[in-house]
Amino acid sequence: MMQNTLDIAIAQAKQNNATKIDRLTMNIGELSGVVTEALEFAFEVLVQDTIAENAELEIKTISVVCHCKKCDRTFQPEAYIYQCPNCKQISSDVISGRELELASLVIS
Amino acid sequence: MCMDCGCSIAGNVELKTHDRKIEINRGILSKNDRLAEQNRNLFKKQELLVVNLLSSPGSGKTASITRMQIEQLKQKSDFRFKIGVIVGDLATDNDARRLRSKNIPAVQITTGNACHLEANMVAKAAHKLDQNNLDLLIIENVGNLVCPAAYDLGEDLRIVLLSVTEGEDKPLKYPTIFKSAQIVIINKIDLAQAVEFDRDIAIANIQKIAPQAQIFEISAKTGQGVDSLLVFLFSMLKIKTLTQSVYSSSK
Repeated sequence: MMQNTLDIAIAQAKQNNATKIDRLTMNIGELSGVVTEALEFAFEVLVQDTIAENAELEIKTISVVCHCKKCDRTFQPEAYIYQCPNCKQISSDVISGRELELASLVIS
Repeated sequence: MCMDCGCSIAGNVELKTHDRKIEINRGILSKNDRLAEQNRNLFKKQELLVVNLLSSPGSGKTASITRMQIEQLKQKSDFRFKIGVIVGDLATDNDARRLRSKNIPAVQITTGNACHLEANMVAKAAHKLDQNNLDLLIIENVGNLVCPAAYDLGEDLRIVLLSVTEGEDKPLKYPTIFKSAQIVIINKIDLAQAVEFDRDIAIANIQKIAPQAQIFEISAKTGQGVDSLLVFLFSMLKIKTLTQSVYSSSK
């Protein structure tokens, strides 16, 4: 996954005439199934000898937000049981929290 | 002042006026997702219902598929469907052999060390099957309740299988994969009493974590409960092919 991320980052950086990537920001949803420590470790290994060699990796964790159909409102569930705090019904409608994306780069 | 471009360098502090921020907002699995969409389109053209079957190692994926084949052959000819399988393991083609011994066309993917299947592997394997002659394609994923969850293979449905010997709290322990499932199968119900499996707690846990999932309780060994599953899959197949012909005839 980190290799994919770096491939995209380096391609975008070069497209924008950059010689260096200073920061990589990723949005990782709580429900994406990704272990951030594993990503960080992979990052340190993979950036060597690339234009991202001295880049800072910033990982933004995106919280899970659900929508309750009955109440027509959103809520942030506690843990993995997505129960509406209002009507107690369990929701399977996840609005955010599944993200697994490269958000932005700081290049120079 | 910097000689190259006129930016300010004062002592040891470099003011980063060169820096630019570029927004990307792109999924990092976009390559896999794109291939999965390609798979999806191909399967649609072939009028194939495609299922991604996930579970821990040893829960009974292969056994369930062979039992499905045995039971569906007992149905009236109008209600039978032709099953084909793509099966993934790190090593051996034992599962493909088992399936072929029951006359199920099967292609084995040996991943080496990869703990999950990806869309490109499925695309390659699918070419080896006579898709024209199939109704239902089951992709038996590598036995693993963690990593496969993140990889779209181009399937229509995800089935997560758990067996009574694994405990009632499995869904609580592996919420991510259960939340991605449209169907949850409880297998080995013939052993439920022997292992003191608490069915009510298991079902409550599945409903808590995966309220969207249809639950089926089966025994791949005895065949119990498999009929209901077959009826459901048959309906999904009919819905898929019907809605397709509606859209294509309206062009």
